[in-house]
Amino acid sequence: MEMALLLLIFLISAILGYKIIKKVPTLLHTPLMSGTNAISGVTILGSLVSTAFSLMFSSKILGFIAIVLATVNLVGGFVVTDRMLKMFKNK
Amino acid sequence: MSEIYIVASTILAILVLFGIKLMSSPKTAVRGNRLSAISMLVAVILVLGANDIIQLPLLWIAIILGSMIGYALALKVPMIKMPQMVALYNGLGGAASALVALVEILEATSQQNYFVLFTSRLALIIGGITFSGSIIAAAKLDKRISQRPAVLPHHKIISNMMIIVLILLLILSFSLNNSLVVFIILIVALTFGVLFAMRIGGADMPIIISLLNSLSGLAAAICGFTVFEPLLVSVGAIVGASGLILTNNMCVAMNRSLSNVLTGGTTMCASKFSSNSKDEVRMEEKAETETKKSPAEILKRAKKVIIVPGYGMAVSQAQFYVKNLTEVLEKSGTEVKFAIHPVAGRMPGHMNVLLAEADIPYEKLCEMDDINDQFAETDVAIVIGACDVTNPAANTAEGTPIYGMPVLKTGEAKNVIVCNLDTNPGYSGVENSLYTMPNVQLILGNAADTIKELINNLEG
Repeated sequence: MEMALLLLIFLISAILGYKIIKKVPTLLHTPLMSGTNAISGVTILGSLVSTAFSLMFSSKILGFIAIVLATVNLVGGFVVTDRMLKMFKNK
Repeated sequence: MSEIYIVASTILAILVLFGIKLMSSPKTAVRGNRLSAISMLVAVILVLGANDIIQLPLLWIAIILGSMIGYALALKVPMIKMPQMVALYNGLGGAASALVALVEILEATSQQNYFVLFTSRLALIIGGITFSGSIIAAAKLDKRISQRPAVLPHHKIISNMMIIVLILLLILSFSLNNSLVVFIILIVALTFGVLFAMRIGGADMPIIISLLNSLSGLAAAICGFTVFEPLLVSVGAIVGASGLILTNNMCVAMNRSLSNVLTGGTTMCASKFSSNSKDEVRMEEKAETETKKSPAEILKRAKKVIIVPGYGMAVSQAQFYVKNLTEVLEKSGTEVKFAIHPVAGRMPGHMNVLLAEADIPYEKLCEMDDINDQFAETDVAIVIGACDVTNPAANTAEGTPIYGMPVLKTGEAKNVIVCNLDTNPGYSGVENSLYTMPNVQLILGNAADTIKELINNLEG
């Protein structure tokens, strides 16, 4: 049941995402890319759960590294996108 | 999963989508990006709370450490290096997904069903490929390794073999509860990523960066299947879709198919279409002995000017002088526009960012399809550090790498002033036939110096 639900979520999100992103003009493709790249740091959610519930010490270490890397991706991505977007000025 | 949790996740996913929607206009984009960022922060707290792990210091130490590193990197990076920065972040996200999958596999309890078995290994593979591929792409963009495509003998066969090996290992690892097999899978995936990024040449970088971006989203989504995290699945899918659109855009802009780029039917070596040195000397003489009218004189009389910026402009950091040139021309009543080729720069939309950095208003930046018919009624087109995207040979020179690529019709302008470093071909290795047209003047040298001098002559 959960499996089917997740697949459904995947499909709906992909379709909605596709529709919305199609409308972003070329002008903003670099910030769009670095913005969505930041959002792909969402994998932090998986790394938090996985690290917290792991039992082996080695898994804790791997999980810790995963959280750090995902956070770098997330925070860094949002900050560079913000920097870029602030430069786009009208007359 | 509690119902409240599902509702909260749905709301957050919608907020992220809305944030991306706001990114479709420069006026609202800053807000959109911040909305996505805040949604992510709430998502982290929601997941920590829902799983009752919010009090674990280990998690917070990792979050704080990662935030500090990410923030420090983001503040330092210059705009011209944005493509390699995005590639690097992208690789780290992929690595995180692969590590989560690895932990899930190593910690596996005995009651895993085939769905979890399969998705965990798939996340490991895609995350691994994303990581090593992005690191190689970032290194190429940063010129830490050669930008030329590096092709092994039988490269294609090796790559295809690796895919088959990966599939076999994946099936094998279901029945063998053996961590060695899992590590072999990871090593093969990492190697595959390296091989796949190695053979991409500099000109194809925009395509490959987009594709890797898509893969990192896909890796996150598959990770979400493994740990049953609906929000991760949803957001990962959105990013995957976004990357695919951009990849497709880039392929269309270069008139190439994705498979053609990936299998390396791509950038050839410049030697294939090497320039004839006699021609070059003749062209340089022509540029020097041009006594009809100096570029500054032509510009003084111009009513309509289109500037065609390329990556060479960014390399010499000439965009700030270009901004000055624009101001000088506009002061005397000249209309100035910019023609942006879709693959100008090293990632989709890169040139727009570089010009925005120099405070050039974005409504002056025109896409190729909108401006291409306007060259014919333009007095002067100024090419600055752009080669392949202005090359008329793309329409005629069959069998060359750029044949069929839509290019800017720069040569149709009444006068063309080319401010490039030299007359060498661009990444494609194809001679630019624009240089020898009668209405074209070459001012060779560093673009920043050339533009400075042009401004002095205009004001003098």
